[in-house]
Amino acid sequence: MSHHHVLIIGSGPAGLTAAIYTARANLAPLVIEGEPSSTSDQPGGQLMLTTEVENFPGFPDGIMGPELMMKFREQAARFGATYVTTKVTKIETGQRPFVVHTHNEVYTADAVIIATGAQSLMLGLEAESRLLGHGLSTCATCDGFFFRGQDIAVVGGGDSALEEAMFLTKFANTVTLVVRRDVLRASKIMQDRAMANPKMKFLWNHQVVDLKGQDKLEGAVVRNTKTGEQSNLDITGIFIAIGHVPNTGLFSGILDMEDSGYLITRPGSTYTNIDGVFACGDVQDHTYRQAITAAGSGCMAAIDAERWLEAHH
Amino acid sequence: MAAGIVNLTDATFDETIQASDKPIIVDFWADWCGPCKMIAPILGEIAAEHADSITVAKLNVDENPEMGMRFGVQSIPTLLVFQNGTLAKRMVGAKGKGQMLQELSEFLGTSH
Repeated sequence: MSHHHVLIIGSGPAGLTAAIYTARANLAPLVIEGEPSSTSDQPGGQLMLTTEVENFPGFPDGIMGPELMMKFREQAARFGATYVTTKVTKIETGQRPFVVHTHNEVYTADAVIIATGAQSLMLGLEAESRLLGHGLSTCATCDGFFFRGQDIAVVGGGDSALEEAMFLTKFANTVTLVVRRDVLRASKIMQDRAMANPKMKFLWNHQVVDLKGQDKLEGAVVRNTKTGEQSNLDITGIFIAIGHVPNTGLFSGILDMEDSGYLITRPGSTYTNIDGVFACGDVQDHTYRQAITAAGSGCMAAIDAERWLEAHH
Repeated sequence: MAAGIVNLTDATFDETIQASDKPIIVDFWADWCGPCKMIAPILGEIAAEHADSITVAKLNVDENPEMGMRFGVQSIPTLLVFQNGTLAKRMVGAKGKGQMLQELSEFLGTSH
């Protein structure tokens, strides 16, 4: 068992920014960064599964999501943050110091910063687990390459869906965006670009209700959300970008959360209902959900934790 | 690249697989794949810790598109395990070391 002033759970923009700030404050944070995965809450967070990030300040030519996160990680390491590549299995907040369990170890910490983020929602279809990696993907950067010259689809109408779709047009013959409503949630600039792209097609008012194929995706069944009429979509690849759920299962019954699972922080701060436990990034934000806002709240959590430690230890 | 990992190309693939007297894990990867980067250090550790029972190899799909097509790789990282020259197991997606070792246990001898 090892003891740490600050233990950070999660390693996306929020967790790593908290690590940079607490490391520079000589608090030698331990970051429990998660486990590799191609679908969920992997080290580096959601940006590890994305493509080009064009709106992070300081990168006028854009930067690939995974590369940006590697830079965050190096920057925190430079000031003394250390990493453990595993998942937290249990947290005990009833005593001080707090106790954090992973698969193999137990750690104690004076302050805990929670930055476990959110993960992509899947469609919830039975065929999904069978076809994941065989035509169904949650990672456009990883898998776009394999769909050169093919007709594929992206499900979703937000910025992430459009970013993925636009990236995929570099490889695919056509990319059909399957949108549940007749409008997009995405920002105006992304919408304009998508509409102007000759490889993009839009299937409005439809949702995917089934995927076809045993070993390999052979098409999707879509339903018109207005008429209920079903039809086949002839595609060999499908990418899912329909939204997110917060990774807060670990904290249920311990930390206050909204019905949707997002952690509740005291307005204008990163304080949770437990003194000494702070939350930052997408795990407590369903409004902005940007790398830069996550990083900003990670900085707030580091400063909140630092001041709280000064006052209490 | 970590020591003990064999770098394969489309040209050397068949020969290496056929000549290997141990099971050989081939990591299909590319530079632009975040999850591939996450598992690279884990594969390095597995290569070092289990050098007596398996060989770890990697193939860059960007530079070597043929093998990915032959084996129907549509997502990376994909790990293919070959035993006695034939495909014995397919693992798609990045995973933690514990889970990876568990899925590879049949190739790692009796100690695991």
